[in-house]
Amino acid sequence: MAKHKTPLLDQLESGPWPSFVSDLKQQAEVRAKNKEKIEFQIPEDVVEDLLGILELSFKHGRTHWKHGGIVGVFGYGGGVIGRYCDQPEQFSGVAHFHTMRVNQPAGKFYTAEYLRQLCDLWDFRGSGVTNMHGSTGDIIFLGTTTRQLEEIFYEMTHNLKQDLGGSGSNLRTPSDCIGQARCEYACYDTQALCYHLTQEYQDELHRPAFPYKFKFKFDGCPNCCVASIARADMSFIGTWKDDIRIDEEAVQAYIGGEIAPNANDHSGRDWGAFDIQKEVIDLCPTECMWMEDGKLKIDNKECNRCMHCINVMPRALRIGKDTGLSILVGAKAPILDGAQMSSMLVPFVKAEEPYDEIKEVIEAIWDWWMEEGKNRERLGELMKRQGFQKLLEVTGIDPDPRMVQEPRSNPYIFWKEDEVPGGFTRDINEFRKYHQR
Amino acid sequence: MAFVSSGYNPDKPMENRISDIGPRKYDDFYPPVIAKNKGKWLYHDVIKPGVLVHVAESGDKVWTVRCGGARLMSTTHIREICEIAEKHCDGHLRFTTRNNIEFMVADEKKVDPLLKDLESRKFAGGSFKFPVGGTGTSITNIVHTQGWLHCHTPATDASGPVKATMDVLFDYFKEHKLPAKLRVSLACCLNMCGAVHCSDIAILGYHRKPPMLDHEYLDKMCEIPLAIAACPTAAIKPAKVEIGGEKVNSVAVNEPRCMFCGNCYTMCPSMPLADQEGDGIVIMAGGKVSNRISAPKFSKVVVAFIPNEPPRWPKTTDVIKQIVEAYEKGANKYERLGEWAERIGWERFFEKCELEFTHHLIDDFRDPAYFTWRQTTQFKF
Repeated sequence: MAKHKTPLLDQLESGPWPSFVSDLKQQAEVRAKNKEKIEFQIPEDVVEDLLGILELSFKHGRTHWKHGGIVGVFGYGGGVIGRYCDQPEQFSGVAHFHTMRVNQPAGKFYTAEYLRQLCDLWDFRGSGVTNMHGSTGDIIFLGTTTRQLEEIFYEMTHNLKQDLGGSGSNLRTPSDCIGQARCEYACYDTQALCYHLTQEYQDELHRPAFPYKFKFKFDGCPNCCVASIARADMSFIGTWKDDIRIDEEAVQAYIGGEIAPNANDHSGRDWGAFDIQKEVIDLCPTECMWMEDGKLKIDNKECNRCMHCINVMPRALRIGKDTGLSILVGAKAPILDGAQMSSMLVPFVKAEEPYDEIKEVIEAIWDWWMEEGKNRERLGELMKRQGFQKLLEVTGIDPDPRMVQEPRSNPYIFWKEDEVPGGFTRDINEFRKYHQR
Repeated sequence: MAFVSSGYNPDKPMENRISDIGPRKYDDFYPPVIAKNKGKWLYHDVIKPGVLVHVAESGDKVWTVRCGGARLMSTTHIREICEIAEKHCDGHLRFTTRNNIEFMVADEKKVDPLLKDLESRKFAGGSFKFPVGGTGTSITNIVHTQGWLHCHTPATDASGPVKATMDVLFDYFKEHKLPAKLRVSLACCLNMCGAVHCSDIAILGYHRKPPMLDHEYLDKMCEIPLAIAACPTAAIKPAKVEIGGEKVNSVAVNEPRCMFCGNCYTMCPSMPLADQEGDGIVIMAGGKVSNRISAPKFSKVVVAFIPNEPPRWPKTTDVIKQIVEAYEKGANKYERLGEWAERIGWERFFEKCELEFTHHLIDDFRDPAYFTWRQTTQFKF
């Protein structure tokens, strides 16, 4: 018998899509029965109360969670988000219901054995409710009490060899796409770079010293499956410099209809026979492809690597061999000053250990942002406030037309004194010799 | 419920402390076929919705079965995922960036039993536990935020509207029938933890009433300068207010200036703005993050407000369905929703989607607004 009636939530149990309500109910039941005789360290009825308070929100059209308090583990300033409900008498099980962010493995590959260890820990010391995964990428443990935080951290680090992720004004848990692990489009090893930088910057990740949050995201190619260009203060997007590799036989197989285009992605509808002219060549944004004597030709120098032709014909076209990544900077969600996407800063850099060139860019940007950034000012906002030139100055990167969509359309250039011959200091009396008042 | 110590000693927090070790290393968890062929994949095919095969230079193949799920997940459910992984995939699995679960096998014969097993599992309430799909030109899982389940500033719920929307879009999850992929995202307030601002369709929670002021407690609970500084439109100023004959320090809000972001509330709990009638959903459309053919795009506001209608948000799901169906009918092969809207023109988009264009949809927020007005005589009747 459920502790709270949930007539509104119950309506979300029907329908085909997996119901989180059904899942929470089964979890509540498992805890109530407690067949494994777990010595629960937080209230046994925590999930019942979670359902109860959510039902109340469905009724009121408002949340019942209060602000986070300052809770955490010793020596860290992030990874734990305090959470308390505003109806603790009615829902005592979730009176204290803190979140812990657990740093996910790059690529989000798991073994059942490891996931069960996480579950064991979380059933014992928390609610057993998670997010797989949170928006930034972490495994999210939803709901435990203050006293359990250190205990969980201790067991996690000692037994699971696992650390917390980031929260607050620090480096947020970096995340990546599946990359070379299982994708032929990946231009660099996203998992290796994601892991390397996560390890390199553990201090920045755990101890907030920044003006605001800072995110790294790693996309293996311009398809941008982890949306780094929209979500990361620094977006690392794989690319290549040389020629797209063409397998002419496979091109013919696509033309002949032996291979379905776009990896069979359009299989649910009859789009007619594949037409390479219409579907590939005419859609190329730089018009750098054509057919010649029955063969597909690409003027690679003119290609901007949008990936369309490769996506349409993955068996015939492959990314080049001289691969690396572009670094774009400054993306953020809307608050405070409107959404921004990342802007191109480093058109191409090799992605090879120990990634020194990449780290130089990161650290130069951090030095500038930590010096000049205002409280709660994201990198993208600082870039807008102080200008792209300033970004080039602090990173020591040379200007390049690849950094802009177009040159400025106003001539209001802030010339610096050292850019103008003779400097700004002049003699008015000398001037007056030739120009009367 | 006796307290059980982990070994942590609160009197000596640094004793035996392990910190700064980071996540587990990714290759601890690779299935053997992934470890062997990493960086040497040749191509892939989507055999049918939800089932991919990747072929490596070595000739090895890996079949992936993708299934959807709620990102809000209990350990009971995770244990079931583990059981499936052990039964079919030697204990290996992964999650995608859009909260799908992927089971991988290196032997084609294992695919059908895995599919059958996944599709047969249902929750007590009748919904699928592991619906297979979400590949190619389908509508895959919705990425979302916490909502009323765990957040202090939401203007709508997250898991609820997502469940309701995915129920309505379920056929699109199961089939490859759209012109291109279509990504739906939800963020429960405009802080957008979900970063929905570049999605084909974004469901965004929005407050519409300025904060209430709990004058009696405001100065006791908040740093007033921080609350003032948090406001992006400088709508908050310090004020003295009389409470029970006593003057107290508080703030005043210039209400017409408020953009309802809730930043002040994040800084100061005495300024709550949530409201049953005020809060609801904004629908945005036409964004993307891929560089394919056209550059990444922001989503545009196409419906300024829909009230919250728990538990199933019918108006919201109707609008989404309208947009998806109009796109399905009108777009060219490979054309993303935003590319379609730009090709036919936004005036035509509203007509095709049967959406009303209201004054709220014309940008009036700071400089970039100008660039969204029409500076040409080229338009369609």
